[in-house]
Amino acid sequence: MKPYWLLLIAALLPLHALALSGEEAMKKSQAVFLYPGKDFKARVVMKLINKDGQERVREMTMLRKNAGEAGGDQKYFMYFFQPADVKDMSFMIYKYPAKDDDRWMFIPAINMVKRIAAQDNRSSFVGSDFTYEDVSGRDIEDDSHVIEREEKVGNRDCYVVKSTPKIANADFGHKFTWVDKANFLPLKEEQFDKKGARYKLFAAEEVTEVKGFPTVIKRSMKNLQTGHRTEVSYLKTDYDIGIEDSLFSERFLRQPPRKWVD
Amino acid sequence: MPQLAVLCAVLMLAPLAAQAEVTLSGFLQQDTAANTVAANPDGRHAKWLEERAQLKLDASDGAWRLLAKGDFAYDHLGRQDQSELREGYADYVAGNWDLRIGRQVITWGLGDLTFVNDVFPKDHEALFAGRPLEYLKRGVDAVKLGAYPEFANFELVLAPGFRESRIPDVRRFHLYDPMPAVSNRETIKPGQGDVGLRIYRDVAGYDAALYLYRGFQRTPSMRPDSKTAPAKITYFYPQLSTYGASVSGRAGEGVLSLEAAYYDSRQDRSGNDFTIPNSQTRLLMGYQIQPVEDLSLGFQYYVEQMHDYGAYLAALPFGFPVEKRWSHTITARLTQFFLHQTLRLSAYASYKAGDGDRFINPELRYSFTDRVWGAVGANVFGGKPWGPFGQLSHDDNLYFQMRYEF
Repeated sequence: MKPYWLLLIAALLPLHALALSGEEAMKKSQAVFLYPGKDFKARVVMKLINKDGQERVREMTMLRKNAGEAGGDQKYFMYFFQPADVKDMSFMIYKYPAKDDDRWMFIPAINMVKRIAAQDNRSSFVGSDFTYEDVSGRDIEDDSHVIEREEKVGNRDCYVVKSTPKIANADFGHKFTWVDKANFLPLKEEQFDKKGARYKLFAAEEVTEVKGFPTVIKRSMKNLQTGHRTEVSYLKTDYDIGIEDSLFSERFLRQPPRKWVD
Repeated sequence: MPQLAVLCAVLMLAPLAAQAEVTLSGFLQQDTAANTVAANPDGRHAKWLEERAQLKLDASDGAWRLLAKGDFAYDHLGRQDQSELREGYADYVAGNWDLRIGRQVITWGLGDLTFVNDVFPKDHEALFAGRPLEYLKRGVDAVKLGAYPEFANFELVLAPGFRESRIPDVRRFHLYDPMPAVSNRETIKPGQGDVGLRIYRDVAGYDAALYLYRGFQRTPSMRPDSKTAPAKITYFYPQLSTYGASVSGRAGEGVLSLEAAYYDSRQDRSGNDFTIPNSQTRLLMGYQIQPVEDLSLGFQYYVEQMHDYGAYLAALPFGFPVEKRWSHTITARLTQFFLHQTLRLSAYASYKAGDGDRFINPELRYSFTDRVWGAVGANVFGGKPWGPFGQLSHDDNLYFQMRYEF
């Protein structure tokens, strides 16, 4: 009997691969892009560049811890080094897949921890061209996803997934994501505004493997309508470093531990 | 000056601490606040005019951290004592407890320029003279012990000496004075310190906290030596204990904050002494939302209730302004960012129902580069001549701040 089973499986496999839905592709993409490892750490350098080439730098340590499987709850902790007027500020997000995040901010000037309202996930993250959702993920269920075609980005074979918001909670009308067929990282994303004009362009510019996880260590987001762009480098990226759950608390928001924040 | 000497010593000795990780930063700043309604009582036309340099040293080594932040200021309006150690403390961090010793800023509670459980010293003059927000708080010289067992977090603050809030200077601000003819005045500060305890934890997704404080009022009361023919006035800081609680969390699209405190005026529990504030209940409700990108709106409703109102009325000398038993204040704040969050417009307004005591503070702040920012704003006061803001109605000012950070 055995050979028959193998044959059957072999016969089914390509069918199965073909049957990958747009939603599954985006789910897998989010899992490898935003959920790898139990936890994650990087020193993030963001360059905000206007159309005249004037540059501003935002630099922070970003820490993430997953509560469970990919697609589940996450906690984020950010500590700012630059610019000088936000140095020592820290920021914490409890992210839940199907409801609004909880966010807290520590304001060193008056030594106060404040909970802040945050229903608008399409807001700019620290003034950059990335939104909060671009940094920590957009709910898969908020959009319908269809694989439109397959295409190469550089020498990588990709699915091209078209995502259209189901409800009017986005600043974009629809977007295309080029998802690497081999490792499911999003290599490129094109957003269109509600009138159908090209709006924003995301590119994963450098991918490397860190502890076996393919990681985008250089990325950019360009607003095609204003000419403003943001270039991001992830330095000192690491996974599975044993970040304690207690880090994500008021205590450490006020006093970020040097061992994680460097 | 001894504080500055300590700071200098720390700055010079710090590099000797061999393996420690040391950073030095700071800023240069210019502050100007020009009167728009009337000259100061001393005849000057500016509320504030100074250049200031701040040096901040931050050194850490394992579980230890040392922070010293000192200001060197040159005041053009005749004050030569504006240089100070803003903060200077040592931290020790262990697994589930920590310790901070030295001059430190402590902020409790949830209010936005409204203070219910934040019983720590402030600089009201800084706020009214258009100085940057960080100057609103004054450090306390204290030991702060944090303990973080599983079931709750504890923060115990022990200050061996009392530090008062800074109230506006009578040479710069037109303050209400019920006995202007009496020039013989003295101030007596408490000879002992104070103690506070904050306990906080998450309760079903809400941030909940309890606050206990035993110490003194931070702003002075004035006591004449005679009700009818006073020859001398003594400023003193009445004994005070507070017991409070707060909770904040998501509600609808925004964040809801609730805070309450009972102010036990220990030195006059019967309310018969008109020079000492009556015992009080303070309640605050706040709501903050972000309706669209880069726009934040905050609203507060604040209530004060006097406990021994009958006794207060009976004891109040003739001719003194009469406060209401209940006071209701509403505040609103708008914050809007533009140009990739490099330009910020903010406006704060506070209005007290009943006597119309009010304060408005609009401000525009722009970051020219990552190191240089400037702000322009105004402080506008109004209300009855004896109200907290109303008395300052001749002190409206337009202010400019410019800072270079390094």
